[in-house]
Amino acid sequence: MKKYGKQIIGCVAAAAVYAAVMILVNGGFLSRQMMSLIIPVCMNIILAVSLCMVVGFLGELSLGHAAFMSIGAYSGALILKSGLPTVAALPLAVLVGGVCAALLGLLVGIPVLRLRGDYLAITTLGFGEIIKSVFNAATPVTGGAGGLKKIPPVTTYRNFTFVYILMLLVILLVSNLVKSRHGRAICAIRDNYIAAEAIGIKVSFFKTMAFVIAAFMAGMAGVVYAGNIGILKPVNFDYNTSIEILVMVVLGGMGNITGSIIAAFLLTVLPEMLRGLSNYRMLVYAIALIAMMLFNNSPLKRMLVEKHNMRQAGKIE
Amino acid sequence: MALLNGILAQLLNGLRIGSIYALIALGYTMVYGIAKMINFAHGDIIMVGAYALYVFVSLLHVHPALAVVLTIGFCAVMGITIEKIAYKPLRNAQRLAVLITAIGVSYLLQNLALLIFKATPIPFGSIIRVPSITVGEITISGLTMVTLAVTAVVMVGLTLFVNHTKMGHSMLAVSEDQGAAKLMGINVDRTITITFAIGSALAAVAGILYISQYESLLPTLGALPGIKAFVAAVLGGIGSIPGAMIGGLVLGIIESMSKAYISTQLADAIVFSMLVVVLLLKPSGILGKLSIEKV
Repeated sequence: MKKYGKQIIGCVAAAAVYAAVMILVNGGFLSRQMMSLIIPVCMNIILAVSLCMVVGFLGELSLGHAAFMSIGAYSGALILKSGLPTVAALPLAVLVGGVCAALLGLLVGIPVLRLRGDYLAITTLGFGEIIKSVFNAATPVTGGAGGLKKIPPVTTYRNFTFVYILMLLVILLVSNLVKSRHGRAICAIRDNYIAAEAIGIKVSFFKTMAFVIAAFMAGMAGVVYAGNIGILKPVNFDYNTSIEILVMVVLGGMGNITGSIIAAFLLTVLPEMLRGLSNYRMLVYAIALIAMMLFNNSPLKRMLVEKHNMRQAGKIE
Repeated sequence: MALLNGILAQLLNGLRIGSIYALIALGYTMVYGIAKMINFAHGDIIMVGAYALYVFVSLLHVHPALAVVLTIGFCAVMGITIEKIAYKPLRNAQRLAVLITAIGVSYLLQNLALLIFKATPIPFGSIIRVPSITVGEITISGLTMVTLAVTAVVMVGLTLFVNHTKMGHSMLAVSEDQGAAKLMGINVDRTITITFAIGSALAAVAGILYISQYESLLPTLGALPGIKAFVAAVLGGIGSIPGAMIGGLVLGIIESMSKAYISTQLADAIVFSMLVVVLLLKPSGILGKLSIEKV
């Protein structure tokens, strides 16, 4: 029974969160501002969890996640605008958005994953900027810098159930994938790629696979974004967006899916909570970010962790 | 003939913007070589430099020459302070943790500037007043000449400093092998501090030249040149000083050529495509050394 304990806890938690959100929304306990945050939270969780797979488990720094999101968003938005009934258009848009992003991920991934470390990081950043420029220039299709307007608002908080299920699927897929044989291969590449290659793991295949799956999920998140915000502008997908997602992953603890989820939630809600501080909002956010990183690596934290470990050891004895 | 003149004029344009990229890229590459970190806040030092110059010249009415010196000093001190407070405690931490802290510092600087100077662009005329000269049919603006001259002097000076002074040698040693350098009696902490000071001073020079060209102050003005200079540093081979210079100039020329002859909107895409192509052909950049990994 113990084997399934964690899964049962997970299911209960997922159901409880869903019930809580539904009660809060339908009971009118939330302000409009809080309601408008529900979908961005889900979207950022999808993005953070998918990037967590590349950065945390594969161990490669990707600074172009927003590019995959934008491909998904634009292709999904074009389908949403095509006039199909929402019931058909939304799942189709999410699927097409994901597939388009995955294809781009494959296209980018195969050549780029020959590179490693900082070179890979800067190349993914470069690809992100290329795609942004292309969207800016392709005015007939994307509306250029003015933006792709009048996208039907299909993923607002009223459609929470759909987005929530999508989010759960992503979390489930990633957390099961990393525990599978393929996932262990991915982690082996992160820990030592030479050793991984030596024992017969196909490094490029698994790297590309992780990259493509992450791109697929980012594309789906992009469609959610498009349906929530109603207008797409290339500026919204610059490297700052990629960095925001990366911050969530790193803050959540590398290779820790639960951490990524919590960090995605906090970092989406925090700036809104700080709105009362008006102009000082982003300043506080920046200082909090630095302080958290410094604390995470401070001797104080190490001491606390050690104390905790000692206590755990004492309990076992 | 007209076409040739046009190309030459664009080449000069490219060299001007390219030398600004090169100055910024030098800061990236030196810090990367020595502290092994991507200093994402480096681009914002350019912005700090530009605003500092504005404060000294327009608000405090300091003589421009003195203001330039003060600005460079201010940015160097700023660089040292940032290093001491935000990066030094993380010296042995994960590299990504340092990267995120650098991003935090970048946000902090931008938002401080936003609070102090507000979001509306501040017009600020160039302090460089050198008449332009005409050679044949090509007019070379004073700003271009000053930018090229300053960059050349800085580059020669930096190369001499790194190769012929004790401090420069210890920088090379620390970038080669930090542990071994420490054992040889080199003060690693002080070397890193001085590297940050030099990098930030170079960013200040770049900021002054940049603002003389664009003449408008914005809290986010450092972001784009910062990212392009980073690309230039990687293009030339990150960690290599001559590489940063070449990378910057190549990037500037490609950018101005594609702006003039292909498409203004796609210029950025072309610049980044060049980066991808170069890295695919030579994964360590133009002058970078490929380190062989041993098991």
